[in-house]
Amino acid sequence: MSEGHAQALVAEQFDDVEQQRGATSLGMWVFLATEVLFFGGLFCGYTLYRGLYSSAFEAGSHLLKIKFGASYTVMLICSSLTMALGVRAAQLRRRKALLIFLIITILLGAAFVFIKLRYEWYGDYLEHLVPGIDFAPEGENLVVIQRFGAALPHVSLFMFLYFVMTGVHALHMIIGVGLLATLFILAWRGHFTGGHYEPVEISGLYWHFVDIVWIFLFPLLYLIGGRY
Amino acid sequence: MSTVAVEVPALPDVHYLNVSYGWRSWLLTTDHKRIAWLYLLAITFFFFVGGAAATLMRLNLIEPQGSLLEPATYNKLFTVHGLIMIFFFLAPAVPAVLGNFLIPIMIGARDVAFPRLNLLSWYIFMLGGSVFLYAVIGGGVDTGWTFYTPLSTTYVNTNVISAAMGIFISGFSSILTGLNFVVTIHKMRAPGLTWFRLPLFIWSMYAASVIFILAMPVIAITMVLLMLERFFHVGIFDPALGGDPILFQHLFWFFGHPEVYILILPSMGVISELVAAFARKRVFGYSFVAFSSVAIAVISFLVWAHHMFVSGMSIYAGLVFSALSFAVAIPSAIKVFNWTATMYQGSVSYDAPMLYAIGFIGLFTMGGLTGLFLASLAVDVHVHDTYFIVAHFHYIMVGGAVMGYLGGIHYWWPKMTGRLYPEGWARLSALIIFIGFNLTFGPQFILGYVGMPRRYSVYPAEFQILNVMSSAGASILAVGYIIPLIYLLWSARYGPPAGPNPWGAKGLEWLTSSPPPTHNFEETPIVTEEAYAYAQEEA
Repeated sequence: MSEGHAQALVAEQFDDVEQQRGATSLGMWVFLATEVLFFGGLFCGYTLYRGLYSSAFEAGSHLLKIKFGASYTVMLICSSLTMALGVRAAQLRRRKALLIFLIITILLGAAFVFIKLRYEWYGDYLEHLVPGIDFAPEGENLVVIQRFGAALPHVSLFMFLYFVMTGVHALHMIIGVGLLATLFILAWRGHFTGGHYEPVEISGLYWHFVDIVWIFLFPLLYLIGGRY
Repeated sequence: MSTVAVEVPALPDVHYLNVSYGWRSWLLTTDHKRIAWLYLLAITFFFFVGGAAATLMRLNLIEPQGSLLEPATYNKLFTVHGLIMIFFFLAPAVPAVLGNFLIPIMIGARDVAFPRLNLLSWYIFMLGGSVFLYAVIGGGVDTGWTFYTPLSTTYVNTNVISAAMGIFISGFSSILTGLNFVVTIHKMRAPGLTWFRLPLFIWSMYAASVIFILAMPVIAITMVLLMLERFFHVGIFDPALGGDPILFQHLFWFFGHPEVYILILPSMGVISELVAAFARKRVFGYSFVAFSSVAIAVISFLVWAHHMFVSGMSIYAGLVFSALSFAVAIPSAIKVFNWTATMYQGSVSYDAPMLYAIGFIGLFTMGGLTGLFLASLAVDVHVHDTYFIVAHFHYIMVGGAVMGYLGGIHYWWPKMTGRLYPEGWARLSALIIFIGFNLTFGPQFILGYVGMPRRYSVYPAEFQILNVMSSAGASILAVGYIIPLIYLLWSARYGPPAGPNPWGAKGLEWLTSSPPPTHNFEETPIVTEEAYAYAQEEA
């Protein structure tokens, strides 16, 4: 890369590419520290009530649709791989590979959000499992709850936590998909493959973080209660 | 030095204030110095709104039966006063105004690491502030600034959701500001400016920024849960479902206590600068003062439950939190002793900023020592939710944080505007504020100790004398705050030019012109000496 080209890629407040790269990456790590604390409040609530009402949480876990939870997990792990490959492609200045990996990641993320809202949550709604809107478990769901000897209000507490935790996570996914879509458009125009790959790298950090949150949510919500 | 002083100072031809004109050049600016001004205007507005609420409360409390307000209105006023002063004045005061203006200059950088993010923070702050004002104008909120559940989620009929939304939004402004400062301080320091050559203001701002980053997200998620619970009538704080309101208090204070240190740490940084500049000495025990800021930031996350000694908490947890709360006194005391030791045998001059600094040291000590009373379990049970608490935290927040802020504004005003403020008026108003403050809040210690609870619009007749004293003090305090508003505005236009270094102080900010150019320095400075190197010069 020529010296002149390098200068144009550096924002005016920075002295050189090195400083800019360090600052951008540190900025994202600090932001992720914020995110840990943001989700931390929810995990704290989860821990408290799981200890207090463990049978209700186990019964609640049985009300969730495991096949969705498991397929999200596969999708998100794959999307983390394609994201990492995308970052690598940007570093190696391979525009076409970057575009391909970005679009796969976007599709996986968008599919996650779509399936979650359209099929899983809507299914929960049809089964009257949404606290605050329509919570009156019936049929098989009610049998499960009774089998665990769980109190309905406590099960609704679990379902509330499930909706808030996965909801906040899904919101992060939507933001992530928007972020990657922006990257895709810019990458299409040839950004990021001229040595200025930090935006791809830090968006990747964000994407991995959101995936990791899911890796915690999946077992804590779907897999408890001696289900497997 | 004397040869520099005889030159008649003049404003530089081009500086950050006159480099471009028009509202677009301000509202779309990414210059950290202009963003500091945007914040200054916003928080000054909020300060006087919050102050007006306090004025009405003090007027009401002149008579035992309440002279002015319906009890419900009174409840809304103390809630609005608390929320505005904490979230929309004190939290952004020193960081977003002085921090924004000074951090890049003090470390020899052209701007913060993320200038556009910095502007975005201001817009988020204004959006949060607007939503909050909407909540206030549209009927107010009366839960107290703590939003305790189930009062806030079930029982009150006021605008809890919109108020909480305002707090939620403005929290992100603080998070992004903190993030920007941490990265700036890590990555943007001038050549030669090692961590232990940094001004202590930077250390304090760093510690406060870390708290912003780690505490603000917790209040954000707590506000989300609160809003959901109030809106859908279901949630994890609802006792009807087996939820625990105490969990809300834990989450709130896990944020709320570090927040207190967000408010005081930046002002402590200002005081370190002022004491060194006006005693003409390097701060005594520099590294102790620096690390005490970090220690305060760390310990601040471990003391939250001392707000909950009477909330129904295990006595053993109470013991632990009591002990940890005592521990926070150590770094605070280190600062007070070291500032005092800095003044010892220094050539102290009593300009207005130094008057504020001295006021800070005295009042903060009062606030801190009464904090130790409150950290003791038995005493806390006696004075919990009384005016003793009110007096204690106002000694920290007003006697400490606001004094530091005003001292800092005066000290750096010549740098921000390029002009000198009228020193006589400034000293007079510092004095008025000191007297007014002590008259307002001193009697409240006694009121609380003899049993007057906080947050009531009426009180037994025997408390009237002390309440009248407090209200009289508040009116003096109000005068003390209005005088600087007038003369600072006047001096921004008509004050005599200050020159680059009117105080003869050390620090990179005094090497550049006043006001500084847009990129702060004509060329990046190279630092070869430690901070506050006053001794070398006089030797």
